[in-house]
Amino acid sequence: MDHTPPLATIELVVNGQARRCEAEHRLSLADLLRDRLGLKGTHVGCEHGVCGACTVMIDGVSARSCLTLAPQADGADIVTVEGLADGDALHPLQEAFRDRHGLQCGFCTPGILISLLELLRHCPDPTEAEVREVLSGHLCRCTGYHNIVAAALDAAQEMRRRRA
Amino acid sequence: MKPAPFTYHRARSVDEALALLAGAGDARILAGGQSLVPMLNLRLAMPEHLIDISRIAELDHVEERGGRIAIGAATRQRTIEFSPLVAARLPLLAAAILHVGHRQTRNRGTLGGSLCHLDPSAELALMACVHDAQLVARSPRGERVLTMAAFALGTMTTALEPDEMLTEVRFSPWPAGHGFGFHEFARRHGDWAMASAAALVTLDGAGRIERAALALGGVADTPLRHATAEAMLIGQAPGDALLRRAAVLPQDVVVLDDDATPAWYRRQLAETMARRALADAVGRAAKAARQ
Repeated sequence: MDHTPPLATIELVVNGQARRCEAEHRLSLADLLRDRLGLKGTHVGCEHGVCGACTVMIDGVSARSCLTLAPQADGADIVTVEGLADGDALHPLQEAFRDRHGLQCGFCTPGILISLLELLRHCPDPTEAEVREVLSGHLCRCTGYHNIVAAALDAAQEMRRRRA
Repeated sequence: MKPAPFTYHRARSVDEALALLAGAGDARILAGGQSLVPMLNLRLAMPEHLIDISRIAELDHVEERGGRIAIGAATRQRTIEFSPLVAARLPLLAAAILHVGHRQTRNRGTLGGSLCHLDPSAELALMACVHDAQLVARSPRGERVLTMAAFALGTMTTALEPDEMLTEVRFSPWPAGHGFGFHEFARRHGDWAMASAAALVTLDGAGRIERAALALGGVADTPLRHATAEAMLIGQAPGDALLRRAAVLPQDVVVLDDDATPAWYRRQLAETMARRALADAVGRAAKAARQ
């Protein structure tokens, strides 16, 4: 019996760059990003969609990369945490997390940054409640969330200032 | 954990999906993947074939047709959440969908996926139940329409045949001026509900209850219409004592029981959620009547 698993050719755009690889059908987008493309910023926590550590942008919206199969991402436009900085210039969200001590171990951070990026695109002046609503899809064991909230509000303010 | 090996197929039409389903043997339909992929990752499901229906245009719509709001089975939960038609004609659904998972799962998850997975706590299954939804299924033998009662057989068990797929769900909107209420109890916002209740009410000119629908989720193995409550409410003035009496769960309901939420506690939660949902529905209907 032939046990060779079928392979799919996956073509996708990741952080603005066209990428291509062959993958088993069962490979998750998270594992494709980490192991096949070397983008280790996206983390794998629970593999059932509740912890949020794997969150990336897929076609402009936040999504769990652990619940997306590689073949489903064929033709997709992906943004990971590696896509936030502009060369050496950190994204205002990243600067705010640094300045406000919004991370400790950093495991949950990339997923949270992606979700906050999505929030601030649609809601440039969020309330604390709106930030906390977004954070409800992410588990953080280290920080107690309050510095994450502060960082998010600071980043929102800075991004509004830069646009003015 | 990683899934057991499978062959992935992408169907471009419903006909192609049905042909793949019939021909592939051990196959599962994949839409948003927010319920199925966790099962694959945990090896609770190990199909040999996955049939991806998420890009079939025919299955992605929210439209008014024949007096009902028809939503395609592969419509993303996000689409429903932001739909002006749903906000206007199905305000209970618009309210309840905010409790489905989180933003990140609603961006990918679908209406049909949630209904076919049929977790006892699923808000969308509760919505189909309380709205007397028609569930449209298609197979090589043709199309059939099921009520939620006929569709939902038991815990995560639907009446779909192995070669059959859900294509559309038709919700019955309530008339302008109706009131709705939705309450669920979970340890944290976004967690699976330990008990949930959805209510729809219309009042007559004298402020009495003309029509009522009440359904409970997370309480039994499938969403439950509380028919005795509905019968008790018709024609009555909606006072606190009446709503409290109506919210009582009949003793013969088999309430889910586990270590985290024992049956006696779940029953109490269900009655409280029911009372609050009814109160909200009555309040909104009364407010609409004053305007």
